[in-house]
Amino acid sequence: MSETMHSQDLINFTLNGEEVSAANGDNLIDACEKAGVEIPRFCYHKRMNSVGMCRMCIVEVDTGRGPALQPSCMLTVSEGMAVNTESETTKKAQDGVLEFLLLNHPLDCPICDKGGECPLQDQTIAFGPGETRFVEEKRHFEKPISINENVYLDRERCILCDRCTRFADEVVGDPLIHFIDRGNATQVNTFPDDPFASYFSGNVVQICPVGALTAKPYRFKARPWDLEEIESTYPNPLGDRITIQSSRDQVLRFQGLDKESVNWGWLTDKDRFSFQAFQSEYRVQEPLVRGGGLNRPDRNGLGLVASSWSNVLTMATDAIKQTVPDRIAVIGGSRLTNESQYSWTKLAKGIIGTDHVDASLGDELPPQAILGLPKTTVNEVCSAGNTVILIAPDLKEEYGTLYIRLRHAALENDVKIIELSPTETGLSNVAAITLHPRPGEIAKVVHSLLTGEGPVEIGGIPKELILQAHELVKDRDLKVVYGKQSIAESDQPIIEALSLLKRNPNSKFLPLVRRGNAMGAIQMGMAPGLLPGQVTLAEGSEAFNDIWPNLPNKQGMGTEEILQSAADGMIDVLFILGADPLSDFYDPELVEKALTTVKSVISVDLFVNASAYHADIFFPASAFIEVNGSHTNIEGRITPIRKKVTSPGTTRPDWMIAAEIANRLDHDLRIEKPEDVWGELSPRSISHANVSMDSIGATPEGQLLESTDVIELEEIEEISDTRPFDSYSLRLVLAKRMYDRGTVTQMSPSLKEFTGTSQLHINPTDFKAMGIQNGKPVLVTAGDRNLTVLVIPDKRIPRSIAFGYLNQTGEDLRTLLIKGADSIDIRIDPTSRVG
Amino acid sequence: MSRLNEESLRIANEIINRYPIKKSALIPLLHLAQEQEGWVTDQAMRHIAEILGVTPAEVLGTCSFYEMFKRSPVGEYQVNVCHGISCHLLGAENLLHHAEDTLGIKEGETTQDGKFSLEGVECIAACTEAPCLQVNYRYQNKVTTSDFNELVQEIIDGERSDIPKHGSLAKVRQNISPERLAGIEPVEHAEQPEWLNRNGQDS
Amino acid sequence: MVEPEWARLMTFPHITTSRWEIEDAHTLDRYLETEGYKALTKALTMTPAQVHEEVKKASLLGRGGAGFPAGVKWGFLPENVWPRYLVVNGDESEPGTYKDRILLERDPHQLIEGCLIACYALGLSQCFLYVRGEMAHGQERIANALNEAYEAGYVGKNILGTEFSVDIILHWGAGAYIVGEETALIESLEGNRGMPRLKPPFFPASIGLYGKPTIVNNVETLSNVPWIVLHGGEEFSKIGSEQSTGTRIFAVSGHVNNPGVFEVEFGTTTFRDLIMGDEYGQGIRNGNQMKAFIPGGASAPWFFEEHLDVSLEKSTVDQAGSMLGSGAIVVMDETTDIVRACHNVVRFFSRESCGKCAPCREGTNWLEKILRRIIDGNGRKDDLDLLLDVCDNISPGITWPPKQTTICPLGPSAVSPISSAIKRYRSEFEAYVTLPQTGTSVGIQGGTS
Ligand SMILES: Cc1cc2nc3c(=O)[nH]c(=O)nc-3n(C[C@H](O)[C@H](O)[C@H](O)COP(=O)(O)O)c2cc1C
Ligand code: SF4
Ligand code: FES
Repeated sequence: MSETMHSQDLINFTLNGEEVSAANGDNLIDACEKAGVEIPRFCYHKRMNSVGMCRMCIVEVDTGRGPALQPSCMLTVSEGMAVNTESETTKKAQDGVLEFLLLNHPLDCPICDKGGECPLQDQTIAFGPGETRFVEEKRHFEKPISINENVYLDRERCILCDRCTRFADEVVGDPLIHFIDRGNATQVNTFPDDPFASYFSGNVVQICPVGALTAKPYRFKARPWDLEEIESTYPNPLGDRITIQSSRDQVLRFQGLDKESVNWGWLTDKDRFSFQAFQSEYRVQEPLVRGGGLNRPDRNGLGLVASSWSNVLTMATDAIKQTVPDRIAVIGGSRLTNESQYSWTKLAKGIIGTDHVDASLGDELPPQAILGLPKTTVNEVCSAGNTVILIAPDLKEEYGTLYIRLRHAALENDVKIIELSPTETGLSNVAAITLHPRPGEIAKVVHSLLTGEGPVEIGGIPKELILQAHELVKDRDLKVVYGKQSIAESDQPIIEALSLLKRNPNSKFLPLVRRGNAMGAIQMGMAPGLLPGQVTLAEGSEAFNDIWPNLPNKQGMGTEEILQSAADGMIDVLFILGADPLSDFYDPELVEKALTTVKSVISVDLFVNASAYHADIFFPASAFIEVNGSHTNIEGRITPIRKKVTSPGTTRPDWMIAAEIANRLDHDLRIEKPEDVWGELSPRSISHANVSMDSIGATPEGQLLESTDVIELEEIEEISDTRPFDSYSLRLVLAKRMYDRGTVTQMSPSLKEFTGTSQLHINPTDFKAMGIQNGKPVLVTAGDRNLTVLVIPDKRIPRSIAFGYLNQTGEDLRTLLIKGADSIDIRIDPTSRVG
Repeated sequence: MSRLNEESLRIANEIINRYPIKKSALIPLLHLAQEQEGWVTDQAMRHIAEILGVTPAEVLGTCSFYEMFKRSPVGEYQVNVCHGISCHLLGAENLLHHAEDTLGIKEGETTQDGKFSLEGVECIAACTEAPCLQVNYRYQNKVTTSDFNELVQEIIDGERSDIPKHGSLAKVRQNISPERLAGIEPVEHAEQPEWLNRNGQDS
Repeated sequence: MVEPEWARLMTFPHITTSRWEIEDAHTLDRYLETEGYKALTKALTMTPAQVHEEVKKASLLGRGGAGFPAGVKWGFLPENVWPRYLVVNGDESEPGTYKDRILLERDPHQLIEGCLIACYALGLSQCFLYVRGEMAHGQERIANALNEAYEAGYVGKNILGTEFSVDIILHWGAGAYIVGEETALIESLEGNRGMPRLKPPFFPASIGLYGKPTIVNNVETLSNVPWIVLHGGEEFSKIGSEQSTGTRIFAVSGHVNNPGVFEVEFGTTTFRDLIMGDEYGQGIRNGNQMKAFIPGGASAPWFFEEHLDVSLEKSTVDQAGSMLGSGAIVVMDETTDIVRACHNVVRFFSRESCGKCAPCREGTNWLEKILRRIIDGNGRKDDLDLLLDVCDNISPGITWPPKQTTICPLGPSAVSPISSAIKRYRSEFEAYVTLPQTGTSVGIQGGTS
């Protein structure tokens, strides 16, 4: 049973003769550790339920009935308990267990990846018997078997601690590895030919206490004693804490870092193994320009040739100088550190003087919906007994570690999740109730959920079901975790739903943003009409005027409008900051037109992605492992990003590129190092008032931003009418998958294969009713748009819904999107195909 | 096709409905699968996983824990010679060796014609009848070597209709007519049964 | 031989085995003719609490092995938590044990009636009858009996026209001794691998099947319940000794003239009565000498000649350093090769370890390998000390009742035969050992480079 109670009361117990205190309810093994006595263990892991399997942690415990050997990982410390971790009996028993564990363990430490950081090896050296009395033959298994693209399993080394199998089952709900066979023949394995297809498989490598599970991308790369490491943050929306480990200036591993606040040491495979991407041969290491440039050869056949920094800087600044601020725009910026974001906002808004800056790619909620609601934290959401309203895309696909946290909260902490999602998600089976509102109709459903009122059917959901959910939410303080669920749906219904939820004065909100540091981007003013520190352009100008000389005085355009005016020939210089609108924006045709129309497209990125392919000038940027700075997560928590390796080639940190452009524009950005940003910002921003580079790193959990009430989500008067649903159609939902054609996945050899092909998923009953033939692509129409694509039956999709993942290989499902529609209905013609 | 056939599925559904939590039907369903094919195929495990909403790995995890489930084909007649302590004291090893010689296979093997498989097994709860054995879980008590020969001959001659083919465990199943079923309470939110409050005089 | 006091022994009523001689006692008709379901009818005229009270008064000790009083266990159910379950342990697999199978085959309705009464008394919502998989015939008999009882209105909805409703579900095991351990049984019933849970916190009475309060009782235990209700707990407690009341079924096997399963008065009968008595075992075969006997199933430390007059009473046997366990007496005569017998029992535990705890999974296997090596003529002088030291690491101190470095008592059970046999017949082990002392054993660094 995991520790759920954080009781303040202390109790006293005796540890090796000394009186010590512990938090009431603590596991004995933890209580001893806090008191400075480390009890050896293999199966115990503080983020999982104890199983008491390895027996290594047995110690003599006396609770008044005489000393008895007890596994300290399964025992709750209690008042007056006398614990002896050093007695003869304890030592003998522990040595015995260690001997047992070593009986069948191969002695291949010298070639084992775990050698040097192996608890079993450490224990053996510290206390072990030194020589074996076991003269019989050891257990034999086929040497490492591959259990998925990333992980090897060596069953001979396995000590059956149940950590990996517990993780798969309990922590992530993917019980695809399991104990097989019995007794002395027990092994961990998958079902024959069924790989351990989990988005989280790399975690088992990290928690394996021996070298039974190893990561292919790390295999034989280094020995632990050659590794240097630094604590940092993975720039994903949750800001997962990691250590970056490198050897000889090469990153070899990301490991999850177990801090209380965010990811608890867990990582998704996508993030964990993405270090490969930063070392990819496709990483751009020098500036590129289109055409002749310095007469360098076009090695990649991209039409882009290598150039020099001074050349590209001159070209870029010339382009800027040749036009007016209103014809300059910046899209993207969510990949950047807070400091780089500030620098670019300052460059664009304060120096060039354009407010056409937007980090969002049209798949985020607008800033007022993200900033304008009372905030909560992940830990607060996951606290015992809470009621959580989840209006989000499938967390398992997009916010892996938050999925883990919420799943834990539901299973172990009695948190009731009321899920409102157009389809089943990874969390549905632990949610107290799941409602499937039809896209576009969520506000009606939320209204009914909160009031218990409504017709017999609301947004595709029978009223009784909503009433059941109503019982769970009424009179409760709600924690709302929300984000944009589908790009085939307008923001309005969700905004209205949020506004209804906000009426409950005790509701608190956790917004989900899609891209790495999108929260930082908003906080740093990378949106039209905003300035750093959650203030509007109008209200904040005064504070910034002195150092941002050219601040525009009217609100600029957002991404959609920028692209539209670019396509219309109204934009001359378009910066794309670490973004790929061509792949991500909902209207690729518009993006294509914009990119080909704009005079100078300037990309700042690590790779030549689909959009950057159209660039005229390409600035090669540093990756997060190569820079110092910080990150803001969805909670508004700022944590450090730390440089571990040298930036390759002539790549430079994003902030530095901004500073150099400013310089060529005859302005001093006054940012010579990331720290300088805080010197400027803290005095000017209420929410960043106490933030400095030092303060961010000073606490283990980072620094939570104060929220201001400058920006607030507007109250709605009335729920908008929704388009009637015609029962011959299917309503479209388009969402993201963990693996897509994005650069991180594509540039990481061991992740690349996980990208799927585009297809539409529909309910098996609909599938049958329509008479669709298995395996044959069919014609799908939405208004005057159509597409021939594979349609498959999928139990997780409710009736009348068609669901698809974005940015997979094959057909582009965005073809079906209609501009400006609040939702999209499609029809499937099972008999014809587009020729 | 070694997924569960229609008849097995029908029984499977009846069984599943007797448990508050579906997964409880896993072992009974594995028995059904074994009954159908004589052993438990991978396809059957996948099918059971589908039916119960668990992963094939979980099904395998459970299946492989229990000795009665065979994950590769065995003989039509599974001969289990008991070598528990009581039988051991009364000549189980001899009997087992004799069985090996007679059937021409070693313990753990199956005859080439697929008729017999032989295993030495732990105590089968017939200790006063030692040495004993089971053929497809039907007991044969106080078995002498000549008893054994006779038994084998009878089986070959088709004279042991009392022993069903391997897999069909019990010839009688539990049947509960829907009207007689008391009904399964959900694991959460069940209430105190009414009769607990009764004063006991009303019948 | 001293004449046993048969007269005294025969005065007790047969409680659980009363219908064993009747050919068709497993049918509902015959059962009804022989007082069947009268106890249930009677119970339904009492309040549930009164029924529970009778079982408490009877001081009925559990017959599954641990010998815990059923009435007391029933009282451990927390108040106001529903549903709660009854799980019947019919997994009988302890070597030498042979009683539950006959109860299932010959008198299934008696067990069903016992289950119904327990459910009635405790407000249990559902009953699961876990029957060992290998007992095909028993499965059939109990299935048949349940089918009859359902149709006749004894089980299921509105039993005997009252609002008392309960289902009894027959559940097949599939071959794993450890599943007899109650928490493993629960895991197995949930569709999992039969690996025991740690107590605490998983005491079935509070956290059992599906995490709900659960009573686990042995087949024989529950088979006593109809008699207790019919005749009263007090009447029951008058049979047997003060602490070990009623009767108990013992299986006497091994080297006796008349192996068999006998119901005897609990507490007062002695091992000598059972092994030597004319009504029972009728002495050692061929007039041989006794070498040892196992008093309570393979897990129990062995007894020897000097223990013959110990009475079949729980506390007495416990004090003498062993246990009555599952009522299985296995007799070894002078011809027994003690090392091989010892190996046989250890092999059992090694094969049946669930694999959860390192000391049991690795240790029992190691012990078996050492013994095998000794038997094969590859033993060394220091192997005996090694055996005992490994035993000590599984069951520190090698004491009785055993201490354990494991979750459940299976691991330590493998220690019983070794410590018993070596203590008494060390020379027989030594005779096997042909290789000299190795002095320092092979010098492989344990797990380090
Ligand atoms: C390894 C092991 C095996 C056991 N096997 C059985 C068994 O086969 N049948 C049984 O009734 N109890 C068995 N038990 C005892 C059960 O755990 C439990 O105590 C018993 O079923 C309770 O029923 P009772 O109180 O009616 O005796 C076993 C215990 C252990 C530790
Ligand atoms: S002692 Fe043995 S059988 Fe019992 S839980 Fe541990 S490994 Fe399993
Ligand atoms: S750490 Fe406690 S038993 Fe493994």
